[in-house]
Amino acid sequence: MQVFVNGDPFEIKDGAVVNDLVRALTDDPRGIAIELNREIVPKSKHAETSLNDGDRLEVVQFVGGG
Amino acid sequence: MTDKLIIAGREFTSRLIIGTGKYASYAQNAEAAKAAGAEMVTVALRRVNWSDPDQDRLQDHVSPDKYSYLPNTAGCFTADEAVRTLRLAREAGGWDLVKLEVLSDQKTLYPDMEETLTAAKALIADGFEVMVYCSDDPVYAKKLEEAGCCAIMPLGSLIGSGLGIQNPLNIRLIVEQARVPVIVDAGVGTASDAAMAMELGCDGVLMNTAIAEAKDPVRMARAMKHAILAGREAYLAGRMGRKRYADPSSPLGGLI
Repeated sequence: MQVFVNGDPFEIKDGAVVNDLVRALTDDPRGIAIELNREIVPKSKHAETSLNDGDRLEVVQFVGGG
Repeated sequence: MTDKLIIAGREFTSRLIIGTGKYASYAQNAEAAKAAGAEMVTVALRRVNWSDPDQDRLQDHVSPDKYSYLPNTAGCFTADEAVRTLRLAREAGGWDLVKLEVLSDQKTLYPDMEETLTAAKALIADGFEVMVYCSDDPVYAKKLEEAGCCAIMPLGSLIGSGLGIQNPLNIRLIVEQARVPVIVDAGVGTASDAAMAMELGCDGVLMNTAIAEAKDPVRMARAMKHAILAGREAYLAGRMGRKRYADPSSPLGGLI
């Protein structure tokens, strides 16, 4: 199925959960936050939150800023 | 010295908060933070850039174990965007002390006070401790304090302008009425601007560009540390009165 990560299309297996996506994206998930269809998915729910075709995700982290 | 800055029940020894933007590198940023003696740094929240996985990460240089991260809402132009950003920041870092700024337009980055007040109320209702970037309008400053903001942060002049404190009278009015810390945020260009903010009775100064865009940022960070200390001490010491004419410092009696 296809989801959208930070606006870009991303292919992931059917039945995937948020954790699968995080693992596919990075080896070092410290300090990131995830929003699924504009709702925050807390880290404690990454393993149980299923993804569906067409879902829109935002994956953000801290960067330098004033 | 027991002259601590207390924000939302948290104690800080340093009254200088620095940004983490515009530096040549995060390594230089870390050096500057150290030289400034800062304990709190502002950080922004942005989409992860997957195209360059080896890109330096802020937290590997300016560690959240060593510095309090103060997530900001830079780039937000509505209350909704700001609230959304800070909820994500809380999820990313676990901190509820935040810097709220809601801007009005790209040219001035002047704070939109109506949206700022709306966002502040929503965030406070959601359990955040809100340090708020605002105009130097004492009326709005009061409203933000009454809404429950834990620090009022009026601009000295426009963000990144380096024009110093353009309206010291208003800053003074805000300081006099506030029961929470007042921190000048934005506009500081050089050390004397920071000292002036402190001499006006502000509790601290937040700056980014003045350090990051100095020819020698680490040295300027050190200068700012001294300026904040000097200004604070001068404020606490209480300056002499202004006189129109000379008043000799040596005794008039006993002249030959």
